[in-house]
Amino acid sequence: MSSTLISANGVGKQYFLGADPFGTLSLRDRITDVVRSAFRSRPPAASRDFWALRDVGFDLRRGEVLGVIGRNGAGKSTLLKILSQITEPTEGEVNLYGRVSSLLEVGVGFHPELSGRENVFLNGAILGMTRAEMQRKFDEIVAFAEVEAFIDTPVKRYSSGMYVRLAFAVAAHLEPDVLIVDEVLAVGDAAFQRKCLGKMESVASQDRAVMVVSHNMSIVTQLCERVIWLDHGTMVRTGATREVVGAYLAQGSTSADTWSPPAQGDEPLQLHSVSILRDGGTTGDIAGDEPFEIVFDYSIVAPLAPGRMAILIGDTNGTAILTSTSTDKMPALREPWRPGHHRAYCRIPGNLLAPGRYFITVAEPLEGGGDTIHHGALAITISEQNSLASRDGRHGVIAPLLEWREEDAT
Amino acid sequence: MHKVLRPRHGLARLKLAEVWEYRELMFFLAWRDILVRYKQTEIGILWAFLRPFITMVIFTVVFGRLAKLPSANLPYPVFALAGLLPWQLFSTAFSEAASSIVGSGQLVSKVYFPRLIIPISATFSVLVDFLVSSLMLAVLMIWYGVRVSASIVWLIPLTALCMLAAIGSGILFAALYVRYRDIRHILPFIVQFGLYISPVAFMSTMIPAKWRLLYSLNPMVGVIDGFRWALFGGTNVIDMPAIALSVALTVVMLIGGLYYFRNTERLFADII
Repeated sequence: MSSTLISANGVGKQYFLGADPFGTLSLRDRITDVVRSAFRSRPPAASRDFWALRDVGFDLRRGEVLGVIGRNGAGKSTLLKILSQITEPTEGEVNLYGRVSSLLEVGVGFHPELSGRENVFLNGAILGMTRAEMQRKFDEIVAFAEVEAFIDTPVKRYSSGMYVRLAFAVAAHLEPDVLIVDEVLAVGDAAFQRKCLGKMESVASQDRAVMVVSHNMSIVTQLCERVIWLDHGTMVRTGATREVVGAYLAQGSTSADTWSPPAQGDEPLQLHSVSILRDGGTTGDIAGDEPFEIVFDYSIVAPLAPGRMAILIGDTNGTAILTSTSTDKMPALREPWRPGHHRAYCRIPGNLLAPGRYFITVAEPLEGGGDTIHHGALAITISEQNSLASRDGRHGVIAPLLEWREEDAT
Repeated sequence: MHKVLRPRHGLARLKLAEVWEYRELMFFLAWRDILVRYKQTEIGILWAFLRPFITMVIFTVVFGRLAKLPSANLPYPVFALAGLLPWQLFSTAFSEAASSIVGSGQLVSKVYFPRLIIPISATFSVLVDFLVSSLMLAVLMIWYGVRVSASIVWLIPLTALCMLAAIGSGILFAALYVRYRDIRHILPFIVQFGLYISPVAFMSTMIPAKWRLLYSLNPMVGVIDGFRWALFGGTNVIDMPAIALSVALTVVMLIGGLYYFRNTERLFADII
């Protein structure tokens, strides 16, 4: 039994844009092209092309969980598609020494008219399980998804949560040598997500390997020992999770106190900037007992259904320390938002965060629900000055000042 | 095990063994198509009767009564239906196969399995319709008191030939359709045109001798005439040269279709 399961060298993928031999054409155009080129005196203009991936190489061994991170468009999904044999590399080679199963989307092949039971068998077959295997694992799959009562109703009647749980349950019970997962861990509620993570971890412990693509640094940090960071198709860095994730988060944020988002497009909510506001305009590291505010500066230019802003404060390991949303305490924002220029303030009290460097991820609402998440938009440093944590070297992820009271018990 | 993924150049290998490996998936997809077809409409199974029946009635009125075409000493409805059955098997299987890849965008872009499975499995559900429609022919033959010939057992290889013709041309067009999306407009035309140049409504003996060879280049000529011969015998003769042509053309189309498909397959996920 070999220890290396995947070995990739110099993998590249090129896509052609514009007039090319491999885009969809109409037969009519193709015929006229062929006729024209018979009369053409000079060669046709070179097509625009771009490299989605260039010179990517890595090894994946048994028992390993490898993470792939990078911004949208960095080439992560393209890499997974090549490893899954869905598309061919333009250059380089990939050696597979074991069976590879990919979870690029949940519920591939699910048909709404078929019952849950029928879809489990269909989806399992599509993912590569034999019928015998599926019959053996059927009860386990249904129990994992918690849909026993509805297993014989057509899937079109399922709630979105049930649908997604069942789809994931089938995929989670594959037993390939390598399991490749693309962002599908962001499904279901928190309890189910924990179950899914647990399943991923057990796969690795059974001497198989897992490759995970995710934007969620907490999940990546929790699951993966090694991480590949892709940017614009090339490997920026690979190595131990801690280092690579730390470097990834650091490059996204500014050391300045204000951050501006990239172009907003046509969104009804236009976010102008997010900044740190401190009393008296102090600069430098934030003292341990100093409160500060995170300020969202935005304008509403068109009607927008109720949504909310959110912040997530995480440490350099990618661990999430806290999350807070504007609707936790501000009822006004639950109503349809008023047009105009506004600011929203989130106050972080002093005596809460322990000394250290933190990255602030912000989320702004999109039309139609959902949010855009900007990882590591801002960075702050909490100093040891006046911090409870620096007194007598106490431990803890946070350093709050708590109420104690004493009373007589006689 | 060891598999290497690298850019492929030159003519692709057929790798039919891999298709065999994934045969369970092929049956699952066919099973899904059949289930969905019959779950969706109440008419479901009834449609397998209605379609050939209505066409037969129209043909009987237009070609049998009005045009008074000869029908080999058989009642015209029986003659027409016996030709309609293999024709509809071919045309439906061909259409389903040709549009199968474009219609399976999600599967093609998210999961790996040999793509040949998609058009092949698309033709299986049509076989079920065919079997249901054959019952109707049996009923009609009993009604008109038409006797079955001893060669009826030849229906099996003839049906197989018909399916192979559909699969071969279906695979070729499935790949063409992914590359050239305006094929969508050509497909129904091919089916329409094919109906009129095949001996469904008329007897092949009506074709003048000098056109016979060209006419027989249509593989369905051999199949449909063969069907009638196998069922009824009598004045329906089996034209061996036509059958030989059918077989040869089917094989050429199958192999050509397979190679074209395999060579275009590597681009499917990029184009769809």
